[in-house]
Amino acid sequence: MNTATSALSIEHVSVHFGGLAAVADMSFVVNEGELVSLIGPNGAGKTTAFNVITGFLKPTQGEVRYRGVSLTGLKSHEVANLGLVRTFQKTSVFANNTVFDNVLIGLHRHGKASVWATLLALPRVRDEEARLREDVWDILRFVGLDKRANELGGALPYGEQRLLEVAIALAARPTLLLLDEPVSGMNPSETASFIALLRKIRDRDITVLLVEHDMHLVMNVSDRIVVLNYGRIIAEGPPASIQQNPEVIRAYLGHGVKRPAAHA
Amino acid sequence: MKHTLLALWFALLLTVPLWIDQYFLHVLITTGIMIIAAMSLNLLLGYTGQLSLGHVAFFGIGAYASALTALGFDVHIFGYRIVHEPWPPFAGFAIAILVAALCGYAIGKLSFKVRGAYFVIVTISFAEVTRLVALNWVELTQGPLALNNIPPFTLAFPGVGEYTMWGKVANYYLVLAVGAVAYIVIRRLVLSRTGRAMIALRENEPLATSIGIDVTRYLVLAAVVSAALAGAAGALYAHFVRIIDPDIFLFIYTVTMVIMVITGGKGTLAGPIVGGLIFGMLPVALRAWATPVAQWIIYGVLMILVVFFLPRGIVPAVREWWENVRPRPDETGRTSAVHPSTGPVLSSSKGSGRTGTRNV
Amino acid sequence: MLGGTYALLGIGLTLIFGIMRVVNFTHGELYAFGGYMMFFLTSALGVNFYVALLAALVLGIILGTIIELVLLKPMRGADIDTTMLIMIGCWIVLQNMEMMVWGGVAKSVVSPLPADPLAFGPVSVAWLRIFVFAAAALLILATYLLIHRTKLGKAMRATFQDRDTAALMGVNVGAINTATFALGSGLAATAGALLGAVFVITPTMGDLAALKAFAIVILGGLGSITGATIGGFILATVEELGAGYVSSGYRDAMGFLLIIAVLLFKPTGLFARTERIG
Repeated sequence: MNTATSALSIEHVSVHFGGLAAVADMSFVVNEGELVSLIGPNGAGKTTAFNVITGFLKPTQGEVRYRGVSLTGLKSHEVANLGLVRTFQKTSVFANNTVFDNVLIGLHRHGKASVWATLLALPRVRDEEARLREDVWDILRFVGLDKRANELGGALPYGEQRLLEVAIALAARPTLLLLDEPVSGMNPSETASFIALLRKIRDRDITVLLVEHDMHLVMNVSDRIVVLNYGRIIAEGPPASIQQNPEVIRAYLGHGVKRPAAHA
Repeated sequence: MKHTLLALWFALLLTVPLWIDQYFLHVLITTGIMIIAAMSLNLLLGYTGQLSLGHVAFFGIGAYASALTALGFDVHIFGYRIVHEPWPPFAGFAIAILVAALCGYAIGKLSFKVRGAYFVIVTISFAEVTRLVALNWVELTQGPLALNNIPPFTLAFPGVGEYTMWGKVANYYLVLAVGAVAYIVIRRLVLSRTGRAMIALRENEPLATSIGIDVTRYLVLAAVVSAALAGAAGALYAHFVRIIDPDIFLFIYTVTMVIMVITGGKGTLAGPIVGGLIFGMLPVALRAWATPVAQWIIYGVLMILVVFFLPRGIVPAVREWWENVRPRPDETGRTSAVHPSTGPVLSSSKGSGRTGTRNV
Repeated sequence: MLGGTYALLGIGLTLIFGIMRVVNFTHGELYAFGGYMMFFLTSALGVNFYVALLAALVLGIILGTIIELVLLKPMRGADIDTTMLIMIGCWIVLQNMEMMVWGGVAKSVVSPLPADPLAFGPVSVAWLRIFVFAAAALLILATYLLIHRTKLGKAMRATFQDRDTAALMGVNVGAINTATFALGSGLAATAGALLGAVFVITPTMGDLAALKAFAIVILGGLGSITGATIGGFILATVEELGAGYVSSGYRDAMGFLLIIAVLLFKPTGLFARTERIG
């Protein structure tokens, strides 16, 4: 993988809540086209780090840059408009809308119709709508939810809701996709499908940063892994080296978590 | 299918003046005006989810703006004297929309800073302050003595002559026309990408922003359009009843609009119309055997009952009932969802999806 | 004096709003109810002034309880618009019922206190007003003690902070809701009774009062009794000043302008404390 161009750079980010340092002097990069996973035991600061990286939280110190543009002070929608789209840890879909409409809403960035054009019902608006509708089917087929198009988002089984989340995020045409514990709560077969989906996403040249607990997934898909403990990075590198890293093992054992098993 | 039904309704409405008497026509006109106001409130309250309870302010501001433009005024502000000569009433109509839209812009910007329940209070306060200004700035508004002799609208046909709308029939058609335009505007807005953004904000704001929807922009947009339409309704009112006083700003009118929207079904296109018809015509039905005071008690009770039993409003409830009752084709009918043109509701005419989106 | 009664109104609402998250539009009607009870008891039944005052408080609490149990309890868990609408409906019904029973003409209450004002040098204050101030202050203090020194108060504070945790810790959130609403209503009724005795009683007196109560809640910050108290006095002062310097017609507008101004600069109110009430 050509790792020459860095897409996302986290530079000396620290987050202090009162006197407590949730994240301390964290620095790493994510290169274009890579899939990087951020892992660590519970309470290591992953969620905080994630929120800072996605612009939902302001760092006490340090900066996050995407393709050279600083994310500090940007509003969430501005971050999205740079191509950085995130999902949420707690399942977040439009529960009262159909799956189709969920993705259609997700395509918002992709539409250009102005308010006046809409009010006047100009033909180009209708054309755009038709095009967007086609795009929805593409995305639904991509994630495998096309049979569910007419179901309400909130009525889907859990695993499919998480897929819907990804579908919505993909609709926003991200260049960097940030996934917050995407397979938490999924059973092994759902996780396996998700791994396949991630590969398809990679094939579309979308850079991915994900936060996860599921080691099977992480070891399987990541180009690089960044390990956090007590708010600091304790290791960084390809899956193989992380698995052998004594610091990492100690961090996990110390929290009573089984050491990440080598995958089959 | 849906369009022909609407067209039929509209045709029916066109013939109304032929078969009802003057009194009912008057009621229908004022109801129609209230419906326009209710539809505008629905855009802000129902579709964008903003608890704006000062809506009557836009209505009243529109009314006063139009009336004052048409009557002319002569005031002193900070030592400067400002005189305005009367302009044709339709200019007043345009000014009313403009002024109301500006206020909507201000409220929209404000609502982003102040969310939730606090916003409710701010909007109520705004309406109250407007009322008190109207009441006390006698030089401009005549205060409690009311602005009267407001000229009715006049249509000028170059070469043919002028037609001044003194009569109820003319006003009826005017209200119907404006109502139709308002409906079309809202419908187009709501079924578009813009409308989807507003609904997204209402349904799940963090998710909406994470995919690039700018909260402020759409809140402000909703507020501006909503206020502009309410202002238009206010102008219609001013030139129809031809006398307005600060009581137009009373909270009770906002409440009436809210009742219409919520009982009819907020977030639906038909809701405010249904709600408006019910609460606009109810006084007529009840006037025979209930004093105004008793009528209000009935409305209050009715409102509570609707909220208890039909929490989403009448229109969604009827729709659900209809979905459950009508004969279904066999199960394979479902997979017709794969065919793009039956893609559900948000981008096509309302209600075509089987298990269609709950809103719209 | 005005500040004190405003404070009572404000405290009641801030508690209800804060603990129950209900936009209580009926608050003003409880206020009016208190006034009418005062009138009814003293004029029609010839009850002693002070007893009637106490009765107004109690009756307010009872009415509040009834409303909560009948209208709000079945709707617990519904979103804020729904409960708001129910409160609007309730408000309409109550106000018009008062209209029906007592008509629209203003009523007044006869006070047992001497009519001649007490003179402090250049200042003369009516005895009645002193009494009202004292009564209000007493109630405010009592409420403060209730919230801070009793078990009930503790439970209320816990619920305010975090409903779910409070429920998990064994607090009967439902009962707290009822108690809060009852307490808030009682305070409003008393405010109405007191001010009704000073001024007059009309069916619409509740409307303006309710709006002012909301203003006070914002000024003082949601859930803060101290804030509401101070807010009440600030509002009263601003109104007096406004009436003096601008014009008396705008007197009522002062409060609203103040709210809008405050919210523009400090959207959570002047004394907002999100962690605890009091």
